[in-house]
Amino acid sequence: MKQSSTKKKRQQPSNGRPPQAASADPSRWNLRLYVAGQTPRSLTAFKNLKDICEEYLKGQYHIEVVDLMENPTLARGDQILAVPTLVRKLPQPIRKIIGDLSNTERVLVGLDIQPR
Amino acid sequence: MSRQIRRNSRPLQGLQKKRTGIPGFDEITRGGVPAGRPTLVCGSAGAGKTLFAMEFLVRGANMFDEPGVFMSFEESDEELATNVASLGFDLNQLIADKKLILEYVFIERSEIEETGEYDLEALFLRLGYAIDSIGAKRVVLDTLEALFSALPNEAIVRAELRRLFRWLKEKGVTAVITCERGEGKLTRYGLEEYVADCVILLDHRVQNQISTRRMRIVKYRGTSHGTNEYPFFIDEKGFSVLPITSLGLTHKAPTEYVSTGIKRLDTMLDGHGFYRGSSILVSGTAGTGKSTIAAHFVEAACARGERALFFAFEESQDQIIRNMRSIGIDLEKFVRKGLLGFQNARPSAWGLETHLALIHKTISDFNPAVVVIDPITNFLGVGDVIETKAMLTRLIDFLKTRQITGMFTSLTSSQSEIEDSEVGVSSLMDAWLLVKTIESNGERNRGLYILKARGIAHSNQVREFLLTAHGIELIDAYVGPEGVLMGSARSSQVAREKAATVEREYLTERKQRELQRKQELYEAQLQALKGQYESEREAILRELDEEQTRLRLAADQRREIARLRKADDGMRIEENGARKARKGAAR
Repeated sequence: MKQSSTKKKRQQPSNGRPPQAASADPSRWNLRLYVAGQTPRSLTAFKNLKDICEEYLKGQYHIEVVDLMENPTLARGDQILAVPTLVRKLPQPIRKIIGDLSNTERVLVGLDIQPR
Repeated sequence: MSRQIRRNSRPLQGLQKKRTGIPGFDEITRGGVPAGRPTLVCGSAGAGKTLFAMEFLVRGANMFDEPGVFMSFEESDEELATNVASLGFDLNQLIADKKLILEYVFIERSEIEETGEYDLEALFLRLGYAIDSIGAKRVVLDTLEALFSALPNEAIVRAELRRLFRWLKEKGVTAVITCERGEGKLTRYGLEEYVADCVILLDHRVQNQISTRRMRIVKYRGTSHGTNEYPFFIDEKGFSVLPITSLGLTHKAPTEYVSTGIKRLDTMLDGHGFYRGSSILVSGTAGTGKSTIAAHFVEAACARGERALFFAFEESQDQIIRNMRSIGIDLEKFVRKGLLGFQNARPSAWGLETHLALIHKTISDFNPAVVVIDPITNFLGVGDVIETKAMLTRLIDFLKTRQITGMFTSLTSSQSEIEDSEVGVSSLMDAWLLVKTIESNGERNRGLYILKARGIAHSNQVREFLLTAHGIELIDAYVGPEGVLMGSARSSQVAREKAATVEREYLTERKQRELQRKQELYEAQLQALKGQYESEREAILRELDEEQTRLRLAADQRREIARLRKADDGMRIEENGARKARKGAAR
């Protein structure tokens, strides 16, 4: 685990993407949250995501919520298995975080906002 | 009591089964996999799990008009389609016809971060959507265990899988779930605990560098099933399982005969040949003409318009055709007509089970009336005696149930007892021909015996067996006071015997002539004696006459004297005596 985290650290500068840019650009962070129905877990996940984004990515993010109950075909495109799943479409590369996003630390790591 | 009856009566409703359409599989499971339930197919890598699962869907769609969903965790849609295209399955066409959906689930653990609670509802939704969109009746989950390696939280995966199986049952789809085989367990993650209805184990083992695929029904709740390991193989037509076992001795016994193709051999067999559907063993040492007997048999069958299959494990088709042509048997024309088929393979090419499987399959495809296996002894190089015998038993049973006449050649080593069939299968056979080389006076000659022929009155005598330019000829061997003679010894003995006969004839003739001469001699002597007698008799009679004349003269004289002396009585007496004497002389 440690080894891989050091790798990630090294990758970051090459991306030339500082995690917290100052300018407001909602298209910079394109996030998609897949849920299945309005379950308590879906709502928790959305709330957690919103909170994290507001705190760390203010003005730079766009969240799209996909309810697979309504659009089951969309699960295929992003290879969704579990719900809730958060997909970081942008910036590249695609990252996936599964679960209700209750552990902020891990969400930040998963989104590469915070180094591991 | 009543409760017990109710409990017992429940299984009587019977488990609904769904035919897979895979050749042989539906036979050993007596109808297929349990309908509306998940079936677990486990096996190690390369055991054929994915192919089994794919065939279940493709055959279901093509043969039973049941659409299916293939959810793959390992191979992408394109990979799957390419892999099975070589088996003649056109997945893209099936997809276009809405009979199949390939749902590729790709999970890359390194891409996934886990935080908090989740479930696999998205998987359910995807599967559910795929099932509903084409009305699928069959579902395959190919290596579901990939979930365990993809998702770190095993507890969630287990709970979700249990829910998945329940959900599949509720959906009423018949599912096939493939699993990797684990160490000492059926599956690596113990999935058999969740899918408890039907578990199938695919095995791929290598023995003496020869691999054999086998299948076993480990568990099939609520139904009887074959418990053996069944060989299966994967060829250009896909998966097939061989339900051949010794199912019992229930085959019919035809009373029709089939000719051996050798006229005198037919004569030895009560004039007809073998019974149709019987199994015939032809054993003998190397170079005794076993294959030639088999070729005659095949030729005769083809000449009758029947189909024949020749399984050759030592020679190629061309070699057999060339060699048989040299003794006047033209097999090629029957091959061209499609009546005769050859299957040539080295015994070491596959394991015994695969051989059996291939023979079984070839016979099923070709549908022959006559089958030759040349030779069965070569299988001993692949398996041991017990295995080989078991395999042959199954093969013979299979042939008998199809009423195919089978001829098996067996090579016996010259050291062993000649009646000792090395594979130990003679008891399985209905008829047994033994070709034996008999060595004497510096030459080898072939002798043919019928050791047994069940239900046929057969000759118990040895025949000399000649390979001529027009096939096999059987000649009566010389059996005489000097033993059994063959070859040049026989012909010289025959010549000797002929000479002796001539000699005896000559002697007899001479004796007869001598007798004739003796008779003539005696007759001549007799004639001479008769002549002598006649002359002597003449002489005696003449003498007697003279004597009588003298006596008469004397009597006359005496009478004259008496008359002169006037005597009466005495004279009369003397006259009587003279008469008597004359009478005796005349006689």
